[in-house]
This record gives sequence, structure tokens and C-alpha cells, in this order.
Amino acid sequence: MLRTCLTAVRGPAVCVGRCFSSEVSGADSTLAGFSSPPFSTEASLYVHWPYCLKRCSYCNFNKYIPRSDNQDVMLECLQRETETLLKLSQVSRITSVFFGGGTPSLARPSTIAAVLQTVTRHAGLSEEAEVTLEVNPTPVGSSKLEDFLHAGVNRFSIGVQSLRDDDLKVLGRDHNSQHALQTVAEARRLCPGRVSVDVMFGRPGQSVASWELELDELLSVCDDHVSLYQLTLERGTQLFRQVQKGQLSVPSDDITAVMYDSARRILQKRGYLQYEVSNFARNGAISQHNMSYWKASQYLGVGPGAHGRFVPRGEGYVCREARTQTLEPDVWLREVQQRSHGTRRRIPLTHLGLLEEVLVMGLRLTDGITHQHWQLFSPRADLYQILSSSSEVQDLQQTGLLILDDRGLRCSWQGLALLDSMLPTLLLLLEAYITQGLDNNSGSLQL
Amino acid sequence: MGEARTQFFTTPATAGNSSSLSPGSISETADYGLYLAPFFLNTHLPSAHGSSSCLSIIMSIRSPHSCRAFIRHIVCRTRTNGLSPIPNFGSIAQFTIPAISGLSILTKCGLLCIFVSGSMLVHYHIHTHGSHKYSSHCLVFTGAIATTDKNKQVLDKLQVERERGITVKAQTASLFYKYQGQTYLLNLIDTPGHVDFSYEVSRSISACQGVLLIVDANQGIQAQTVANFYLAFEAQLTIIPVINKIDLKNADPERVEKQIEKVFDIPTEECIRISAKLGTNVEQVLQEVVKRLPPPTFKKEDPFKALVFDSNFDHYRGVVANIALFGGYLSKGDRIISAYLGKSYEVNELGLLRPDEHPTDRLYAGQVGYVIAGMKEVKEAQIGDTLYHQKHLVEAFPGFKPAKAMVFAGMYPMDQSDYSALRSAVEKLTLNDSSVTVQRDSSLALGAGWRLGFLGLLHMEVFNQRLEQEYNASVIVTAPTVPYKAILSSAKLIKEHGKEEITIVNPAQFPDRSVVKEYLEPMVMGTIITPDDYIGKIMSICLNRRAVQKNMVYIDDHRVMMKYLFPLNEIVVDFYDLLKSMSSGYASFDYEDAGYQAAHVIKMDILLNGKPVEELTTIVHKDRAYSAGKAMCERLQDAIPRQMFEIAVQAAIGSKVIARETIKAYKKNVLAKCYGGDITRKMKLLKKQAEGKKKMRYVGTVQVPKDAFINVLKRKDK
Repeated sequence: MLRTCLTAVRGPAVCVGRCFSSEVSGADSTLAGFSSPPFSTEASLYVHWPYCLKRCSYCNFNKYIPRSDNQDVMLECLQRETETLLKLSQVSRITSVFFGGGTPSLARPSTIAAVLQTVTRHAGLSEEAEVTLEVNPTPVGSSKLEDFLHAGVNRFSIGVQSLRDDDLKVLGRDHNSQHALQTVAEARRLCPGRVSVDVMFGRPGQSVASWELELDELLSVCDDHVSLYQLTLERGTQLFRQVQKGQLSVPSDDITAVMYDSARRILQKRGYLQYEVSNFARNGAISQHNMSYWKASQYLGVGPGAHGRFVPRGEGYVCREARTQTLEPDVWLREVQQRSHGTRRRIPLTHLGLLEEVLVMGLRLTDGITHQHWQLFSPRADLYQILSSSSEVQDLQQTGLLILDDRGLRCSWQGLALLDSMLPTLLLLLEAYITQGLDNNSGSLQL
Repeated sequence: MGEARTQFFTTPATAGNSSSLSPGSISETADYGLYLAPFFLNTHLPSAHGSSSCLSIIMSIRSPHSCRAFIRHIVCRTRTNGLSPIPNFGSIAQFTIPAISGLSILTKCGLLCIFVSGSMLVHYHIHTHGSHKYSSHCLVFTGAIATTDKNKQVLDKLQVERERGITVKAQTASLFYKYQGQTYLLNLIDTPGHVDFSYEVSRSISACQGVLLIVDANQGIQAQTVANFYLAFEAQLTIIPVINKIDLKNADPERVEKQIEKVFDIPTEECIRISAKLGTNVEQVLQEVVKRLPPPTFKKEDPFKALVFDSNFDHYRGVVANIALFGGYLSKGDRIISAYLGKSYEVNELGLLRPDEHPTDRLYAGQVGYVIAGMKEVKEAQIGDTLYHQKHLVEAFPGFKPAKAMVFAGMYPMDQSDYSALRSAVEKLTLNDSSVTVQRDSSLALGAGWRLGFLGLLHMEVFNQRLEQEYNASVIVTAPTVPYKAILSSAKLIKEHGKEEITIVNPAQFPDRSVVKEYLEPMVMGTIITPDDYIGKIMSICLNRRAVQKNMVYIDDHRVMMKYLFPLNEIVVDFYDLLKSMSSGYASFDYEDAGYQAAHVIKMDILLNGKPVEELTTIVHKDRAYSAGKAMCERLQDAIPRQMFEIAVQAAIGSKVIARETIKAYKKNVLAKCYGGDITRKMKLLKKQAEGKKKMRYVGTVQVPKDAFINVLKRKDK
């Protein structure tokens, strides 16, 4: 089973191959020092559209109900910040763009087009680069899909969430299942093979049987990509309060574990191969953009509250930074107007910090972390050196949850579902190895 | 008073915090705390003629829960013209203070807050003194005061003190009081102590003559008031009941007076109603002290004899012993002998405490001060010990009972590499708390550590908390146990131990039934005072704890005082918490040692996937084994998070499993999504988990969070 899964994910091999040239080019900087990560000449771009028409009961994301029409000023500021960050990072190529939110399908297609033009103007954006737009499956959203296509979007990610109208109401969504089906059909017509649907399990009152039925239904209408999310109760949301008060009840951990497991099996049976903890693709239609997160590539984050990870080479730095833009749209707008960017927080990633992200993100992939990939970030300490002497890792290997072999480090089928329990162990080993290595280093320097 | 859970008495409402202070008057160096502080107040007027008279008072103050109390002192100085220093006071400046003004200061500063719902044992000797021109008066006063603002400020420094009310050393100081033309020097001394271990001072007060018994006008008599009363009563001291906080809205001094009459058989008219906050009748208290208590008879012509009532350790100067002189005088360079150890020392430095150290050349009978004499360890300045001149052997004081450890627990570093750091932390902490007994111990699972003996559970918690807070030490603490005894039957073992009766401090060393004639368990006599609404509930929990009721009386229309004989084991963990919660905080509890009783006790092991958890090995009463084992397993089941594999939690006696719970393996533990914007949060969470993992204790492959032990050890009644 694992094998099939893995071969299927060879789909992205094209991408890996394509990226490889730049990996080589990045290798110089890798050798130059610990903290200089590879790929510093390219990045993906995330653009955050902070507005929604309505608040979903489960969502604690950075989104706002717009008070007035400010599309023009948003357009101006998104463009401006994109330009600033592109210059700052000095990347020569944007590998993919993702418009997320909020509800980015509320943006005017011309806004999307303008941002993409900015990218083209200041860095390369190839014809084939994946440009994804998150879409709320409302009739309005659906009607604009064609315009978005013309604006340069070539992949739609549709927030179906559920095909049960009652549940959609509880979740506070502004669409019904009919709208969802129509939107998916329209998107497939426009972008065949490049449509993803989001679906949510562990919803209030949901049973395993009804979930399996619903997923089956969904798979018969959806395209080649499915993202599977478990509903998480976030503090401060309406849903959280409702569950706390006992007005609603969500399935227990044991039940959601069964739901996840059965979904993975159903998806596999239908030809959707899991390539990441919550992502499944048919015909190799994986999300290139999201893949770059899991591969710990550079990305720029534009828009209120957007996150980025890149080397601000324009300022002469060689260290990758974790960056966060100002959260509140109004403040962000003002800042961009005044300073051309709304970067609120910059945290330089240490060598260890970067490796931790490589580890945590990479293990979410069914392919895991290959030795080659790890070496790009950690030329001196390989995965064997770091992990193989630990009895805890040996236990994990023996119980069949974790695999460390000549290909690299990855989770088994059952292991993937328990990843978060294994990560603390692995992180501690990594930390111990790296800090000890640093000690040795400084020791040898003194000598 | 949510944080008062470890104290063995209750407060229905947060105590009045009845005093306010002027900011400048707080001692910056004083330690603060709420606790039972036995005070030794000594009055002395040095005599220019042979016939001097002095008054010294020991006050044992239980300023408990209420006491957001902290120790402070005020120094008032008024220079009088034309007077030369009195010899006994050496370099102390000359002050004259009208008695009244002194009192008003006391009042303002909340002198009597010290007594807030506690009691105060007063020991004193009086030297009436007519014609001396002691126009130089020093007023140094030390008190425990409740002030909300100030407390916040100072208590924040030491979290443990605020939360627990730990034993903190108070200041020692002197106070002059002028009454009817005579001036009395009151040396106010604090000795360490706590409600957990009041018996420590019970003997020392036999040398005293009087007591101030302070009762809160709002709360009335509390269990610890009763305990303190009997300490004083048994020592045949004069008792002056004082009812404080009469300014409070709900104060009912009349009711309290009746309680005092009923419980202590003291006529209502002997009670003094005061408000320390407002200063009402405060002077009357001092007048009554002078009037009612018989004069002491110390003479400086007698051979030197002093009581060690406290000691501190100073890294540079060694042990600083606080002493009260009961005869003769002591000079620098004298050779003195400790009656307890028989060792001789040369006096390097001595002086008065005002409350800061003021070196002098001599200390005289009736005075209180400090002495540094080359003692290297706190143990050498045994509290309650008698010091005397090498040349003049004297009859030693009966001495305080050495602090007796009532609760034992193993303590191990979380990580063996921290052993030496932890050792140094434990050493530092025990330097100033000689009541903690330390014994090296080691276990297979936990490595090297110690078996520590504490005076009570509160004492233990305070100690652990201080280790963590002040020394940032990460420790594993085993289940608290009480010292059981076994009468051995095996001749071989008797020979080995050199005696028939052995004390078992560590459950791991519990001797098998087959070699034991009889097991004994420690008992305590508990006093519970509660509104009668809760009698039923309280009786039932007492019954559950194998307690035997000895007495029950109404102390007023709806308050009951109950006496129960408890196995100590049954109250060491959470009895007080439970009592408090089921009585909405109104019941108070105190206990005293009541010897040993035969009991059918057995050793119970707790196993995780078949591996014994040493920390959880307990000695239980046979009748309680099944329920205790089941409860332990259930609580462990809740306290240990589900892991990647199934965990069997079992309680076993010998090889026989008596209870079992199962912690099922989880099948999924992964966040559903993680994209660019989620990484920061995700990493933070994982790093936190990784940090937490470092502090996990492993039993086999089972991860046990530290909290699990603590949660499990808390016993809960259903």
C-alpha cells in the first residue's frame, strides 16, 4: 500500500527535477555557511485577502467583514507590498502563487491580474507556474471563475467543506451543497485537472457512516485533488462556545481517528493518493504551491497577517527570516501606504530553527525527507547521524511507525497519523545533535 | 483565599487586612510570611542598682491564613538632652518616647494584626523599676501586619510565601513601654514555627508566664486557637484573651467572648476587645500585660544562662544564634558551652537586635540578642539549647523537642546530571531549616536522590516549591508517607537492626509480614471547629479516614468543636483541602501528635505495563487497599495521556493484582492542516511539547508527566 502511494507521488518528480537546477545554484550559498539556506533565488508567493462576507462559526483565521468597498486601495497595497518584498528577497523567479484568505474570490479578477502582473514585472513567473485561488462556492464566486481564469489563475481550490446543508448552516457557511456542486462543475470546466476541493470531517453530530457516504458522493463529482481537514475547535469561535455549552457535540478523538483512516482508504480506492497528511491527488495533480511549504522552500507572504520565509538579500542578509505582516487590514493598508510594506515581525531563523522546520514540514509528506533534500539544508549532519543511535527512534522503527532507510526519513501509513507524537522526540534529537555539534565546532576553533 | 489550601485552618473570608502602613516604615530586608510565629518578648530594664526588674514575654503567634502578614519594624527615635548612654545598650542611640506616642505608633502600624485570629503566648519577667533615670528609651517594634497593598508588593517577591504561608524568620527587636511612671523594656523575639509544628515550642514556654490569646471577632475561635491555648494552658501561663478586628462589619465580639468562656473557661470580662486597625484599646493590652503577669526573677548576678531560640546561617560568619538571657551576663571573648552538645565556643561577637544587629560588648539577664561563636553548622545552635559559662555549670532548660519529621518523601533530580546542582540547592535550603531531615537514598528508576523528612505536608510542599522557584530545580517527589513502625519477630532481623522496633520511612524498605510481629502507624489528635451545618458531612469524611471521634461540643449556638483521633496517613495528603471545600471554607483544622497505634498495614505497588513505579509504592491499611488501589489506577488513567500504545495500569500487593485500568492507545494525533501561515504556530506548539517531554518521567516506555504523580497522590473521597 505504501509502495503504491509512494510511486504515485512520483508525480511531482517533474517538479523536483525542474527545481534541481536551482538547487545546484543554491548550493554555493549552502556551502558558504550554516545559516544560508538553499533556493534563495526563487520563492513562492502567498497573497492574503482578508475579507469575508460572513464569519464561519469555526474559523479563527485572520479575516474581516469589510465595512466599505476598498478594493482599489487593497489592489494598490497588495501590488506595492508584493513589489517591496520581491525586491527585498531579490528572487529571480516566483515558482507559484496562492491567493488565500479570507475569501479571495471576493476580490475583483482585475486585482488578481494586477498582482500577477507585478510579479511578472519584478521577477520571473513562468507560464506553467501554478496560480491557485481559494473559492467560496457561492453563486457569485462561481460566476467570476472565468474572469479569474483570464486574470491568470490556473488552479481553483474550492471550500466545499460539506455536502450536508444542515451542517453547512452549523458551520456558518454562506453556501449550500447545490452551490458547491455547481461551482465545482464550473471550475472543472474551466481548469480541468486543476481543481481541488476542501472537505471537513469531525463535524458536530457526524457519524462515521454518514462521513463515508458523503465522501463517496463528493468523490464522484470532484476533480483530481482533495484536501481533507478535521474540524478543530478553536478558542474564541462561536462553535467552540457552542460545544463548550453543550449545545453541540463533536465526535470523540477515537471516532475522528476512524474517520480519518476510512477517508484515507476510500480516497486511495478511488485513485486519490495521499501525498501529505491532509492532501490527496489523482493523476499527479498535487499542489505545487503547498508542496513548497513542505519542502521548506522560500515563500513571500503578502497581505494582512501573511507569513513568509525568505532571505532578505536586498538588505544584505544571508539568513532566512520568518516574517509576519501586520494583522489588521486597516493598519496594514496604512503601513503599506507609508512604508511600502506591512511587515510586523521578523525573526531570523537559526540553523537549528530552519532544520526543525525542514523536519516538521517534510515528515508530513508521504515521501518524507530524502537524504538529498536534508543535505541541502544540513550538509554536515545527515539523518542517520542525528537519529539512528536513539533507542526511541529504534522503537518507532520497530513498531513500524517511522522509516529511516537509504531513501530518507518518512512515516509509515500508521505513522503518518501519529506524526505529531513522534515529532517532539525527533526535534529533541535534532536539537541535541546540532547544539552538541556547535559545541564541538567552537571547541575545535579554540584549538 | 484559594491559595490557602495547604494551611491547616480555614478562613471563610479573606482576613481583614486591617492595617495600613506608611510606606517608609517597611523593612526592606525582612522576610514576610503568614504563619505561626512563636514570639519571645522579653522586657528588661537594666538596673543601675542591684535590684532591677525586667519583663520578658514569649509570644507564640499564630497568624495563619489571614496573615497576609509580614514582619516589619519601626524605629522611633527621640533624642533627649543631657543623658548619657546606658551601659547595657552600648552604642544604641538615646531615645525618649512617651508611652502613649509609642502606642500610637504601634497602633497605626497594626501591632495587633500580629494576633489576627491567632494566639499569642506571652512569657515575661518583670522588673519594676522606680527611680532610674532611664530617660533613654528605644522603641523597636516588630510585628506581623496585614496590609493589602504592601503585601502584594512584598509577597510577590517570594511566591511560595504568599501561596503557602511558610515559615519565615521574623525580626527580633526591643520595645519600651512606660506605665505608671515605670518603663518596661519589651524584647520582642520571634522563634521559627508553624502550625504544623507548634509542639516544637511547647516545652520552651514552660519557662514563660503569660499568653495573649488573639481571636478574630469575626471568625471566632479556630482550631489552631484551641491548640495554642492548650500549649499555654498546660504550661500554666497567664492567658489574656484579646478579641481583634472589632471594627469589622460582621464582628461579633460578644459571641466570641462567650466561645472563649465556654471553651477555655475564661470569664468574658477578662477579654479585651480591640481593633488593631483603628487602635482601639491597644494600650489596654499592654497595660494588662504589665498588670496581670507575674514578674520574672532573673538577676545579672546569677551565673550566665541563655536559651537559644533561633539560629541563622551566614555564609561569612557561620551560625548566628539568637539567645535570651535568663541569668547573668555574657561578654565578648567569654567561653561558653552548649548544653546539648557539650561543645565549647568562644564568643566572637554579640549584640542586640533592633531588629538589625547592633554589636555590643555585653548582654545582660533579661535581654535578648545574638551571638556568634564560631559555630559551623546550624545543628550546633540547637533551638531550645542552653548556653552557659564554662566556669558555671547551670541546669539546662528542658529544651525544645527536636523537630520530629512526620511526613517523608523521596526526592530525585529529574535528570541525574542535575544531581549535584540539586544537592547544593537542598543543602542551601536546609541550612536555614534544620527541621528538614535529609537522608541519601537511591532507586533503580530514579537514580540518586534523598529521602527527606518534613514536619508536615505543608512544610514539604513549601520546601519543594522553594526548590523549584528559588533554585529552578526540577525534581521528582515521591508519595508522601508517614513513618510507620514495625515490631520485628525475626531474631535475625532484630539482631541486624539492633532493636526490635524499627521505623519505616521508605515504603521500599517495608519489612515483610512474615518477619513482623506487629505494624504500628502514627496517630494524631485532630481538632475541627465548624458551623454545625457541616457536621454530617465532616463526620462522614472522618469516618472514611478511619478516624475515631473522641469528643464533640458546641462552642456557641451553631459552632461545634470536634476531636478525632486520626491515623496521620489519612490526613497527610488532602484532608484539609477536602474539609475546607465541603464546609465552604468555614471549618478549621489542627492536629497534634498522638503517638502510635497497631494497624494492619501492607505495601502496595503500582505497575505500568508491568513495570513498578517506585514513586507510587505506598503503605496502606489493609481495609483501604482495594479502594486505594482502584482510586490510584483510575487517577493514573486520567493523569497519563494516551500514548502510541496501550498502557495497563495496575495496583498489586505482592504478586497479586488487585485493580487494573487500561489507557487505550490513540490512533491519530496530527493536526489536519499545515501550510505556510501555520508553521510558526505549529513549531511553537511542538517545541513546547518537546520541552515538556524533557521533563517527562519514563516508566519502561510509558511517558508519565510529572503532574501525574502529584494528581495521583491526591486522595479524593467519592
